[in-house]
Amino acid sequence: MKWIITFFSSSIGKKLLMSLTGLFLILFLVVHLIGNLQLLKDDGGEAFNTYAYMMTHNPLIKIVAYGNYFFIILHAFVGISIALYNKGAKGQKYAVSNSNKTTWASKNMALLGTLILAFILIHMGDFWFKMKFTDELGMKSYEGFPEVRDLYTRVSTAFSQLWIVVVYLIGMMVLSFHLWHGFQSAFQTLGLNHKKYTPLIKSVGKAYAILIPLGFAVIPIWYFLFKTM
Amino acid sequence: MSADMNLKIKVWRQKNNKASGSFETYPVVANEHMSFLEMLDVLNEGLINQKKEPIAFEHDCREGICGTCSMVINGQPHGPSSGTTTCQLHMRHFKDGDIIVVEPYRASAFPVLKDLAVDRSAFDRIIQAGGYISVNAGQAPDGNAIPIEKGRAGQSFEAAACIGCGACVAACPNGSAMLFTSAKIAHLGHLPQGEVESNKRPQAMVAQMDKEGFGMCSNIGACEAECPKEIKLENIAFMNRSYLKAVFSGEEV
Repeated sequence: MKWIITFFSSSIGKKLLMSLTGLFLILFLVVHLIGNLQLLKDDGGEAFNTYAYMMTHNPLIKIVAYGNYFFIILHAFVGISIALYNKGAKGQKYAVSNSNKTTWASKNMALLGTLILAFILIHMGDFWFKMKFTDELGMKSYEGFPEVRDLYTRVSTAFSQLWIVVVYLIGMMVLSFHLWHGFQSAFQTLGLNHKKYTPLIKSVGKAYAILIPLGFAVIPIWYFLFKTM
Repeated sequence: MSADMNLKIKVWRQKNNKASGSFETYPVVANEHMSFLEMLDVLNEGLINQKKEPIAFEHDCREGICGTCSMVINGQPHGPSSGTTTCQLHMRHFKDGDIIVVEPYRASAFPVLKDLAVDRSAFDRIIQAGGYISVNAGQAPDGNAIPIEKGRAGQSFEAAACIGCGACVAACPNGSAMLFTSAKIAHLGHLPQGEVESNKRPQAMVAQMDKEGFGMCSNIGACEAECPKEIKLENIAFMNRSYLKAVFSGEEV
């Protein structure tokens, strides 16, 4: 089994970890967005609260959720260790730098990723932690469900505060830059680069990097503008 | 008519591998038809006449095929023209009165030996790790005895254009040698002659590349933009899949 350790400590092995965990998180974002769009439904939170109940109680979804936490941590940990190693491998910087042929995002993936990690901590602390580990949230009853926690009201309270809305918008902008480079980069690392399909991967990646963060950003803006008394 | 140009060259001076270096600025009168290296020759000529130490820089063929002339000019390896080496860069690309900043390649795996000369022997060791290919010795084989699809021959030939100059490492913000290593893996990897060792070669060369302390590619593309032989990022993808295939289907190396 020595070969597995050799593989995952090699440069390409580490890059593969970044690529696969990144692609998993790309899929997660789609599912997360579809679920969250129920917040826009004008039903006093029934759809969203029962959805949140299902997400936290279905055993299969719980397993995937733990996998998801693990992949976020792995992606962050390997990413930061690669960035630190690369900084050392570059050594001294140039007095004059000329880099107008490369994108800003591609050279700042570690910075963008660290900001996203900080955003995830704020985001989970505000909703997930308060729902799972405190009694701050009220209870609601819906037909066909036991008493469920009222996450919907927590969300609308949070998004009535301007500073939280601003934090979320900045978070989504950072995510957009990270995806702008990360999406196509994940395929290149897997060895998938061919003139037949790479142009398509690149355009889908750019569309994804704009549309998904935009979809998330709509929610706090909507709440701040239309749901704040 | 060829016009003389009054330039200031701000160049990195470093006595040896141990010393810490600094920039020195020298005036030089160059001719627009000179190559960049000829301009440095004129500058060194002047320094020698003043009994000063000339600037150490590497050069050999001076026609863009040996890959020796390593230096970073105004923040770009091999200077501002794309697809050319320093020796193919002409002074007409600069303007009279310009201050030109010349630095050695920067990467921990390429330590500075003196002034602009860096130690690129790490590349030799990566090539050596690649080992041999199994071909029959003896008489020269007939041309076209081994059929090769034209497209594959083209891909191989494009990868083989790599002159091992190290501009990719110099340009990379991560100090990664993946464009170089991938070009060397791809040039035999695309061909039937390289088939026999196709599981051994990528593993051995990637292991050596990592051992030399080069950084990890994050697909920025600065290498491709600066490569004087225009080696493509497709080669890195080819290396990645050759390596993955070798690790998961080949023998342990």
